[in-house]
Amino acid sequence: MSDASTSAKGDLKLNNISKSYGDFKAVDDLSLIIPEGSFFALLGPSGCGKTTTLRMIAGLEEPTSGSIFVGQTDITEMKPYKRPVNTVFQNYALFPHLTIFENIAFGLRRRGINDVEGAVNKVLDLVELPHLAQRKPTQLSGGQQQRIALARAIVNRPALLLLDEPLGALDLKLRRQMQIELKWIQKEVGLTFVHVTHDQEEAMTMADTIAVMNEGQIEQMGSPADLYDNPKTAFVANFLGQSNLIKGTISGNDGDSHIVDLFGQKISLQKNRSHAVDNSIYAGIRPEKFRISRLGTSTSGNILTGGHIEDVSYIGVSTQYQVEMPWGQELMVFEQNDDGVAPFSKGEEVNISWEPIFTFGLHGDEDANAGSEVNPDEDE
Amino acid sequence: MVALAKKVDINNSIASLKQKVAMPYLLLLPGMLWLIVFFLSPILTLVSTSTKEPGLGFGEFIQTYRWANYTDALVNLQEQFIRSFVYALIATAIALAIAYPLAYAIAFKSGKWKNVLLVLVVAPFFCSFLLRTIAWRQILAQDGIVFKSLVTLHLISPDTRLTSSAFAVITGLAYNFLPFMTLPLYASLERIDPRTLEASGDLYANGIVTFRKVTVPLSMPGVVAGTLLTFIPAAGDFVNAQILGNPSTTMIGNVINAQYLQTANYPLAATLSFLLMLMILALVLVYIRKSGTEELV
Repeated sequence: MSDASTSAKGDLKLNNISKSYGDFKAVDDLSLIIPEGSFFALLGPSGCGKTTTLRMIAGLEEPTSGSIFVGQTDITEMKPYKRPVNTVFQNYALFPHLTIFENIAFGLRRRGINDVEGAVNKVLDLVELPHLAQRKPTQLSGGQQQRIALARAIVNRPALLLLDEPLGALDLKLRRQMQIELKWIQKEVGLTFVHVTHDQEEAMTMADTIAVMNEGQIEQMGSPADLYDNPKTAFVANFLGQSNLIKGTISGNDGDSHIVDLFGQKISLQKNRSHAVDNSIYAGIRPEKFRISRLGTSTSGNILTGGHIEDVSYIGVSTQYQVEMPWGQELMVFEQNDDGVAPFSKGEEVNISWEPIFTFGLHGDEDANAGSEVNPDEDE
Repeated sequence: MVALAKKVDINNSIASLKQKVAMPYLLLLPGMLWLIVFFLSPILTLVSTSTKEPGLGFGEFIQTYRWANYTDALVNLQEQFIRSFVYALIATAIALAIAYPLAYAIAFKSGKWKNVLLVLVVAPFFCSFLLRTIAWRQILAQDGIVFKSLVTLHLISPDTRLTSSAFAVITGLAYNFLPFMTLPLYASLERIDPRTLEASGDLYANGIVTFRKVTVPLSMPGVVAGTLLTFIPAAGDFVNAQILGNPSTTMIGNVINAQYLQTANYPLAATLSFLLMLMILALVLVYIRKSGTEELV
């Protein structure tokens, strides 16, 4: 067969694609380049348009406008069965009437590949389930079915492998294991993986690049560390991990840094980590970056004084504190239990400090709660 | 005290175990009784009647264990037996050909009309079976629309008669059992996860290949159930042949009917009934084996 399924190679390009259902815009003017060979994650809450985007790449939905390219080949109008794309479906969608062997061989047989048996056995070895070749899908556990679904897709060596919440149905322990395994397999086969998930931890563990989606658009794209350390919007700051966002104003400059006034207390913020558009700003600090100190002890860096411990939860590796600040806001602080300092108790008056390089700045008009109400464990 | 308590505990658990073992049998009891009274005993009566010979008076029979009744019946009435199975087979094939696209459309393409269409499939049951069969005489009559259109299309000559023919009998059978074909087919098509169809397209199968390699195999339980539910009653039917047929389209059901109600030859009627049952049973077993759908059901 001389269709694109064997020839098209290269980066995946989405050019201004939109998808509307009546008045509802599931995907809104989205543009994206996914480099060949990368592990890319589309991360977002339910209904953010990530699955719709994936289905448009697979050809299962047609974009209302925009175009999709693999390398130089325009695949926007191409039928799904002609695309150089394979999908690992959310609930695996294995063929219940075929054996595991025939499930994996399905795509090869349709394309008239010669050595079906050799290819299937090789991929069964890769996912470490060669002994299950003659079983039926219903005789397999969830984790095994997941691996077979993966094998059925990668055996075709597509230019692009799409994974739609592939680990959503597995329990936590198995999910962790599969995350590592998926990452390893991706390196091993060298295919481009596009992974859709609502689980931020899963995306951070596996992907080279993450695009955080919200309401049909990409909020921010970058490496997991980029997104976590320097989020550009409140949505990203809250959806990826947790953040303390404190309202303030930029009151001055000091070299490469802004001086930010937070309810009368001055802190410093590197200019290149500020995404504010005017003087109105949210100063953001991740809970584990904070240090708590008793009154009278010396601290360095940015300091906020006048806090009261509101709540203490000991969770083994760390202790989580809720600290009420003079302006009424409760800040979240995660302290590692490794410094020999006696735990703080409820009601104690404390100061909070952190290294200035950890501060990030967000536009002061944003909704500080954006992205924090969505439950990341919720299924679509 | 502790030991005693333990003993009581063990006794209790044995009692509850006994209860657990007895429970399923207790639940089965009403059904078993029903089967014994209304299935097993009639079958035994049937077999016992089938080996009797005529006595002195009309409708009087003596048990002589004459198993030759069976070979006699087979030899004398093989034509009607074969005809019954051939008619039932053709009617089943026609019903399948009509019901599959229908069930497919209802399951995958009907959208909000799904329930309305399902009600329409069973709607004929609101009208008497006899009445609907008699209506087919009207439908196929010389002045009916079917006859006229076929003549206009030069598919049949104006001298042909559609009524009182094998064609009419088979048409009637296919029509009458169509819902029994459609509903199981619909049920099994409806159960197919649309994502398996998407997966097939994703794995380089176009629409036709997907239908052949995924949809059809996954709907096999429905095909098997539907063909059985059509074939079995069609093979034993006598109403269609009586109302829509002629003397040369007699099916085995008609013979049983006549032997029982008109000739009062109960042993022959019983022999034929039992033979028909055995043959259908054998055919069904072979069919289920061959279709290999046990694990999909």
